[in-house]
Amino acid sequence: MSDGCGAPVQGVDIEVGAGEVVLTGKVSTADGPVGGAFVRLLDSSGEFTAEVVSSPEGDFRFYAAPGTWTIRALHRSGNGEASVSADGPGVHPVSVAVA
Amino acid sequence: MSREDVLVSAAWSEENLNTPGVVFVEVDEDTTAYDGGHIPGAVKVDWKNELQDPVRRDFVDRAGFEKLLSAKGISNDDTVVLYGGNNNWFAAYAYWYFKLYGHDAVKLLDGGRKKWELDGRPLDKEAVSRPATEYKAQEQNLAIRAFRDEVVDAIGNKNLVDVRSPDEFSGKLLAPAHLPQEQAQRAGHIPSAINVPWSKAANEDGTFKSDEELAEIYGEAGFDGSRKTIAYCRIGERSSHTWFALHELLGHEDVKNYDGSWTEYGSLVGVPVELGSGKEA
Repeated sequence: MSDGCGAPVQGVDIEVGAGEVVLTGKVSTADGPVGGAFVRLLDSSGEFTAEVVSSPEGDFRFYAAPGTWTIRALHRSGNGEASVSADGPGVHPVSVAVA
Repeated sequence: MSREDVLVSAAWSEENLNTPGVVFVEVDEDTTAYDGGHIPGAVKVDWKNELQDPVRRDFVDRAGFEKLLSAKGISNDDTVVLYGGNNNWFAAYAYWYFKLYGHDAVKLLDGGRKKWELDGRPLDKEAVSRPATEYKAQEQNLAIRAFRDEVVDAIGNKNLVDVRSPDEFSGKLLAPAHLPQEQAQRAGHIPSAINVPWSKAANEDGTFKSDEELAEIYGEAGFDGSRKTIAYCRIGERSSHTWFALHELLGHEDVKNYDGSWTEYGSLVGVPVELGSGKEA
């Protein structure tokens, strides 16, 4: 894993390491969660930081640093975004609706 | 060199899926995406298992590359169109790799899998097999590949372009934010490097920005067009994307990709390392 750059499988149970800031949630349309969305992590200035593809159940996950982040999702059915503030280590939930 | 020589659009690609002499190749480190649906007729190349030496940290050698391409049914005369996930990171890496071994007729599908999927273009799961060829590779063209000693020598006199995210550059993170932070080497960047994240070169849909936009981005970051250039990231894939932008799109002549990148440099004993944004220096 450490040599790789492909994202780990999204949506499986994870152990959060000491000090890790994890941002996780689902991408959904009005019909429910969607897989195959391109989920982009943008920092507080709107700058791109990372991108993953949502799992078939719509799950995504980022390992970030403390701060305020925007999660932006692109999907064939539309785009959407949501904001999340991570004040410290731990799991920070956030969900994104696309339309 | 013009953009049309090195990039093809998704629309062009869809029109040329069956064109003789054009071979579509999906390249990724994680090939499960290919297995779940690929561009019709495209063959798969596994970045990790097929392009890396299984023992040493290096690429497969010339004979190994010849054997691989022969088995994939790619001939010396074919135009190879590369695409992949992760905004074409590994496809760009493969583009540079094909050039390294002297395959000139290679192009990137602009936007890669992302653009293709967002456009709603067709994917299928058909098994693809092409008749074997007798592919002949060239010796590696080391004019585009940098090694660690020349990177150390380049401090302060060549453009060193660190294309990782600002938090990786400053030393806050050791890996991109979609990966576990589990590595042990030192954090930071090579002194005198400028930080232009690879993503600055890409639009949201994964396509490359225009030449005018690219020139402005690198110019504003302090890129000196009169100097030679070495691009690096963590393992050399994101910097291949930037190498493509600088060398293939903007036409800067002496640009090398340092595939050892931070996982090598950040583990070397005794080399200088800088922390922070670097902008005050």
